[in-house]
Amino acid sequence: MTLLYPLQSLAAHPPRLSPAYRSTVKRAPQKPLIPIRQTLSELTGPVYGHETVRENDNDLTIQHKGEPLGERIIVHGHVLDEDGRGVPNALVELWQANACGRYVHVVDQHPAPLDPNFTGAGRAQTDASGYYRFITIKPGAYPWGNHHNAWRPAHIHFSVFGHSFISRLVTQMYFPADPLFPFDPIFNSVTDEKARARMISSFDLENTQPEWALCYRFNIVLRGRNATPMENKS
Amino acid sequence: MSEQRPDGITPSQTVGPYFKYGLTPNGEYAWNDAFTNNLITPDVSGERIRVEGTVFDGDGVPVPDCMLEIWQADAQGRFSDPQDARALPNSSFKGFGRVGTDAKGGYSFDTIKPGQVPDPDGKPQAPHILLAVYARGMLLHLYTRIYFDDEAANATDPVLALVPSDRRATLIAKRKASAAYVLDIHLQGDNETVFFDV
Repeated sequence: MTLLYPLQSLAAHPPRLSPAYRSTVKRAPQKPLIPIRQTLSELTGPVYGHETVRENDNDLTIQHKGEPLGERIIVHGHVLDEDGRGVPNALVELWQANACGRYVHVVDQHPAPLDPNFTGAGRAQTDASGYYRFITIKPGAYPWGNHHNAWRPAHIHFSVFGHSFISRLVTQMYFPADPLFPFDPIFNSVTDEKARARMISSFDLENTQPEWALCYRFNIVLRGRNATPMENKS
Repeated sequence: MSEQRPDGITPSQTVGPYFKYGLTPNGEYAWNDAFTNNLITPDVSGERIRVEGTVFDGDGVPVPDCMLEIWQADAQGRFSDPQDARALPNSSFKGFGRVGTDAKGGYSFDTIKPGQVPDPDGKPQAPHILLAVYARGMLLHLYTRIYFDDEAANATDPVLALVPSDRRATLIAKRKASAAYVLDIHLQGDNETVFFDV
């Protein structure tokens, strides 16, 4: 399948310099980016399969001897292109804090406990229809020092490979109706309200598992649309 | 079930400071490492090289929490992707690598020198590696290219030709002894690396 990667689609992304998120000030380029034509280098991308994703890599609740503490959830959805078609065999990686809002990472010194039964890293591959599924624990909010009393909304980091190196996406999935949304400069770095809404998962009652897990649906839309233009409708 | 046509793509967000145990563990955390900075497979042909350098922010301070990804062709200029119809399926060379910078902002990749890849008009581009840069404070990753200072083809490369001549050096790795090339990445400032809009 040949896809086009229109530059206009990039308007959904946050500006690289978003001063309310302080770390962007010294890490955003000041010179204009140079537009180039997309060559074979940009239009191809790595393909990874079952040699990379182990059978239980998508279940973050069974990586240790015991079960992690917290609210067990299913996070699932489709990886799609801009035409809404599923992206098959896409590699989806995620990482997150535990239920207390504490990351395993050594730099995280937030005074909330680590969970000996939770690391917070997972990996999945989409099926032929672009569908992926994880089992995890709902992450907690955490403070991050960007400004006085700054707290990140609960979120799960996602890293997705699509059809090409320029459809690569790293994003964050948020949970519906989080009261921290209005105060978070990372979430609000996406200035378009509709685009911001695409980072928020929806509660998926239909796919909860009674007596076992709640469920959230998160579709991820990557760059790329069908190269064959639709015929003009009269 | 038919999916509704999306009203746009999912916006990017920063990789943040805590990606290491999920994306670039390299033995530092107990997790199944999917990717490393060593792309060399036993069956790969071509010149083995190392590309290394340091990532700096706008104050010239090394960035210790940066993630770099590279994507490149094999020594014959073919990509390990079914979309590259010229690629031969008999090599396990993937052409993709990932690394997190160390405490001093340093990075390195062990790989092979890529061959020449045609541009959309079929003209050969100079050997290059695509580089994507991610970090805390970067809401959207940046794309750049790594070229090599011992390649005469740089003079006619169609992408380098679009770059003002006084900025081209930011894309060209300098060869030193023992098949290693050095290229520093400056996210901002006087020596700012050229980043591409693709």
